[in-house]
Amino acid sequence: MGTPTSTASTADTAADTIAQLRSRMARMHDGVPGRALETHPALAGLVQLRAGSSYAVDSASLALALMAGPSATGSWCAVVGVGDFGAEAASALGIDLDRTVLVPEPGDQWIEVTAALVDVVTLVVVRPPGRVPEQVAGKLAARLRKRSVALVAQEATPGDWPRCEVRLTTREPAWTGVGRGDGHLRSRRLLVEAQRGTAPPRRGALWFPAEDQTYCRAEPAVAPARVVEEAS
Amino acid sequence: MRVMVVWCPDWPVVAALADEGLPTHLPAAVFSANIVQACNAGARAFGVRRGMRRRDAQSRCPELKVCAAVPDRDTRAFEPVLAAVEELRPGVAPLRPGLLALRAPGRFYGGEPAAAALLAERLVGLGVWDCRIGVADELFTAEQAARRAEPQDCHVIEPGESVPFLRGLPVEAIEDLPDGRDAVSLMRRLGLRTLADLADLRASDVRDRFGAQVAWVHRVVGGDGGVLLATRTPPPELACHVDFEPPLDSAETISFSVRQTADRFVAGLARQQLVCTEVRIAARCEGQTEPASSRVWLHPRWFSAADLVDRLHWQLQGAMRNGPSRAGEVRAPVDRVVLEPVTVVPDAVHADALWGNTDERVERGIARVQGMLGHEAVVRPVLQGGRSPAARQALVPWGERPAGLRPVGPPWPGSIPPPAPSRVLSTPWSAEVIGAAGRPVAVDERGAVTCAPERFRSDPGSGWQPVAAWAGPWPVEELWWEERPRRVARFQVVGVDGRAWLLTCDEGVWWTEAVYD
Repeated sequence: MGTPTSTASTADTAADTIAQLRSRMARMHDGVPGRALETHPALAGLVQLRAGSSYAVDSASLALALMAGPSATGSWCAVVGVGDFGAEAASALGIDLDRTVLVPEPGDQWIEVTAALVDVVTLVVVRPPGRVPEQVAGKLAARLRKRSVALVAQEATPGDWPRCEVRLTTREPAWTGVGRGDGHLRSRRLLVEAQRGTAPPRRGALWFPAEDQTYCRAEPAVAPARVVEEAS
Repeated sequence: MRVMVVWCPDWPVVAALADEGLPTHLPAAVFSANIVQACNAGARAFGVRRGMRRRDAQSRCPELKVCAAVPDRDTRAFEPVLAAVEELRPGVAPLRPGLLALRAPGRFYGGEPAAAALLAERLVGLGVWDCRIGVADELFTAEQAARRAEPQDCHVIEPGESVPFLRGLPVEAIEDLPDGRDAVSLMRRLGLRTLADLADLRASDVRDRFGAQVAWVHRVVGGDGGVLLATRTPPPELACHVDFEPPLDSAETISFSVRQTADRFVAGLARQQLVCTEVRIAARCEGQTEPASSRVWLHPRWFSAADLVDRLHWQLQGAMRNGPSRAGEVRAPVDRVVLEPVTVVPDAVHADALWGNTDERVERGIARVQGMLGHEAVVRPVLQGGRSPAARQALVPWGERPAGLRPVGPPWPGSIPPPAPSRVLSTPWSAEVIGAAGRPVAVDERGAVTCAPERFRSDPGSGWQPVAAWAGPWPVEELWWEERPRRVARFQVVGVDGRAWLLTCDEGVWWTEAVYD
């Protein structure tokens, strides 16, 4: 009786140790040991939002998706310099509009405004008017770490925001449901690439949105040969 | 105890016209749910009656001024009347907007008719032309007497004369009581023509058949059933003002000098255990009687003294900006600032949590940004109903209540089915779309496309690209009842790079309205 129990407990402790070591490695790998923020389930596996880091995206819907995680759990979010915020799309992604602050036209003072909002909210989405100097990004990064706030920079051209933890890019958008003068836009399949430093990028296909207007991972096409292997 | 009743007929209409600064002789009516709730003599001359449908009323009097029923406005407009009467004789009981009762002054003003004349003169001075006064032994009789008085005149029922006066009235006199209309209709069918007929019935029969209200009238007509007046205590003065001698001309100096007054304002409210969530700030220029700059500010929580000073500062900065002349501009030194509470709530509603609120921190941060960029630079997105993506959302300045939003609920024919675009351009980009062999693409009268789009560019700066797929048009005819209706048609266009756009064709001119980014 005693032997199997002790074996199980030993296995448990071993599993715990491995999990602990893995999480420590993950933290070292991420660089910043920031608190993990809620991330939209569609982006799970591609990117994990952490307080104190900055992220760069190249499309408005990805910026909204990153904002959706913290916003849905009741955190305040701010959007600076985005004059074309799509409130309906944001609401469909699960963003709580009552806890969203927009500053559509901060003009020359966008850095000061962003810094002021970093003091009070959990996540700031910013669309910089052009290339951001390394020095400014560094100062803001220090402030983000101090206040434990995440920043999502929506870039017009890649590389506008230096020093970001992860850069998300969209590739091969494919809309379905629309023909030549018939139907309407229904669903879109996107390939999202998450580039972290010099590591090889992680890729994932997403339905953004799917046919039923939800936002989810597109299941990767399962190779039939592998299924057979597992079965046998 | 003698009772005096002051009746201002058609008060909702009087208040509505006064609110818009229109003369009182115009035919006007106040509508609630498209039914005439009150109308004035001008409208009645055309045959407009209470309970009439709006289209019937407008067919009888096409120039009828249509006002919405706003009970708050009626009450607010009646407040000066109450205050004026209170000055002459304390102990006023407001019955409803347009009707008040007080204990009739006896010998002090030299008799009841003299007192009524004085009261009428005071009310005419306030701009209330049509006020009628009735004096009798108790409330119901006094109100009926007021209804039988001429404008600005008084109808006195001598002591002990109430019962003969009431017995002579037709049963229609009680129509204004709750459920009075049904009771009057029933009495007519039962053959009761005057209140005397009603009074001759047995009290228990009246109560069983007509209910408590008519039973009360029955008692009054029988010479019994006087009610005590519920008199009010005059409300405390909560507004504060500060005068500058000499007048000041810089926004900073004025804001600094108002600090103490703002403290006094907040403390005065706190004594009544109130906090202010909506305040009107008015600044008057030297040598003028009307305030040059006046606006209402809202606060998501409540105004502290520092918030009030901030709002005044923003208001003055906006009003003193050099530029083309416009309304609400301060061009001379300011000699008076008035802080007037518009909405107050008990302070318990906004009590702080024991350890402070996170939302309060957010408020402070946002107030800082508002201080940098101005009040309207920080907004909150709100959803509303509409056909185009831009019309389906609204940006409300932080701290203001959204007003006049279209409901999301009902279907909006011509709107684009989901998914919603993630970028909704605030100013559309000028786009170009051409069909095969460079022919222009347009939408004809019947909503059909003249030629399939082949190539497009979303804004003048980007390059042309072929159309991979397109859907539409969603035609919308806006303002079709106007001289020049606006006919637009919306298209969803997917380029060969896989990106989708929402383009609008407005009489052959193309615009990019939103991006499915």
